[in-house]
Amino acid sequence: MISIRHFPATYPLPDWRNFGVMLRLLLGVNALAALAALVQTPEIDGWMGQYIGLAAVVEPLLLLCLGLLSLSRDILWRLPLRVGQACVLALAGGVSAVFVLYARSVGLVEAGGALRAMLLAMAMAALLLTYFELRSRAFSPVQAEARLAALNARIRPHFLFNSLNAVLSLIRARPKEAEAALESLSDLFRAAMRDPCELVSLADEIALAKQYLALEDLRLGERLAIDWQIGEVSMALPIPPLMLQPLLENAVYHGIEPSAAGGTVRIGIEQKGDELWIAIANPTAGQAQHAAGNQMAVANIRERLALYYDLEARLEIEVGDNSYEVRIILPCQRRKLPPTR
Amino acid sequence: MPTPQTPANPLKVLIVDDEPLARDRLRALLSDLSAQLSSEVVGEAANGLLALEALRQQAVDVVLADIRMPGMDGIELATHLGRLEKPPAVIFTTAYDNYAVQAFDLNAVDYLLKPVRVQRLLAALQKVPGPRPDASLLANIGQEVRGGGRTHLSCHERGRLLLVPIAEVLYFKADLKYVTARTVEREYLLDEALTHLESEFADRFLRLHRSVLVAKAALAGFEKAVVDDAEAYGWALLRGVPEKLPVSRRQWAAAKALVKNS
Repeated sequence: MISIRHFPATYPLPDWRNFGVMLRLLLGVNALAALAALVQTPEIDGWMGQYIGLAAVVEPLLLLCLGLLSLSRDILWRLPLRVGQACVLALAGGVSAVFVLYARSVGLVEAGGALRAMLLAMAMAALLLTYFELRSRAFSPVQAEARLAALNARIRPHFLFNSLNAVLSLIRARPKEAEAALESLSDLFRAAMRDPCELVSLADEIALAKQYLALEDLRLGERLAIDWQIGEVSMALPIPPLMLQPLLENAVYHGIEPSAAGGTVRIGIEQKGDELWIAIANPTAGQAQHAAGNQMAVANIRERLALYYDLEARLEIEVGDNSYEVRIILPCQRRKLPPTR
Repeated sequence: MPTPQTPANPLKVLIVDDEPLARDRLRALLSDLSAQLSSEVVGEAANGLLALEALRQQAVDVVLADIRMPGMDGIELATHLGRLEKPPAVIFTTAYDNYAVQAFDLNAVDYLLKPVRVQRLLAALQKVPGPRPDASLLANIGQEVRGGGRTHLSCHERGRLLLVPIAEVLYFKADLKYVTARTVEREYLLDEALTHLESEFADRFLRLHRSVLVAKAALAGFEKAVVDDAEAYGWALLRGVPEKLPVSRRQWAAAKALVKNS
């Protein structure tokens, strides 16, 4: 089974054998060297001379490093990202220290400490690595999309099999209800398998939540009570798909199922200024296991919100003595999604 | 002595599941099987506590128990059944409890995955009249599957199974052979080891003395012993009952710190 944990959510080191990467490195290092030369010279006239003197040391060093990196590309790629980056830094620092010591011994340069050269080379390497990492993040919508897809398809197997069991039981005695239940179940799975990048309307999400709750009602009967409180809000507001249902599933799984007497799940939806507030509350039956399971679904939704809205959406949790409430606060305006095709 | 199931001697079945439709389905499947295997559903229960209640009225051959139920779940039910003199066979039914199912594979206790297939149910029931898994296996199943976590303790009194909710126990005291559990109302004789109780309920109980575990919530205060002897360095006072419990020199500081911080 492939889970999201098996995808290293990383941005690999650049391909040192790629022409574009080499060009960027050469230009980047030379631009930094020119900047360093400017810092070192008090008068603008001496700048070029200083730069050329610097380049005599920097250029062979750079080519040497690039050559070594190209040779070791495949090995570096196999390492975890951070370890790989550390290796690149160590390589740049080590090579420049050795180079400066060597240059001094043969009299190419008269002064300059090996430690200083090493730190400068490492700082430059760190800057460039950061640039490559940011660049690959900015240009990888595919990863954001895959991450969304992986986060989205989460309906508890426990719910699926129990629902199927309930439907099987209905088929003989109450075939009409069984049909309706299977229809709801297929809608729910259609929603779970839908393109996660497309926003849905609030009305659709509420309809889906009601279908889900109808299935739970079949299983739990009187133990499950639902209190919908929908305030002044436009039903056409776009929201990310499957925001309500996983939270309701959590509320039922942790709040209603562990209690023999059952309880009420409260759902509040309202618009406050430019924000859409969705609140879902369930009673807690003093369950110790409550926290662990809930946190996974909540972390999942939190991450999806971050992918859709970055910092404009938030998720709050309020744990009372006998209640557990999750609130999602979304910006109301229509907006394009970050992952574009 | 295994006896074949005949219409005159049907297999007595108790169905335990918190979902009415799930109980209906097992009942329907059992009636579908009536030609191959004669069975009689002698009761239904919505959780483990109600199942034990039903078993007091009526002996059964086999309990079909869901794992995840409110009140008392299927696994704890099995541990209490394991303490009966003649425990019924237990077959778990579960939708999806990955870890539990793996554990049952090791334990050789039968289980059915929901939705239950009729052939699988038949195969499981046909094994029932044969040799039973021994009672100690059932009694320890909770410990093995998830390391304890019972909500009740069971004890026998004049042939009856009594359940003592852990939440009501004020302290456990070990005498020569037995462990007694004290609630506000009365004492119960348990067939348990104090060390097991201590590790299973470590978050709720504190050891005061070689032979005493006290519920942390029941501690009211302490008094120093007039004469410091081997039996007690001091005494613990409890809420709800007049007796004092001995505290050993080793546990004195830890126990006092607990009360001060609460």
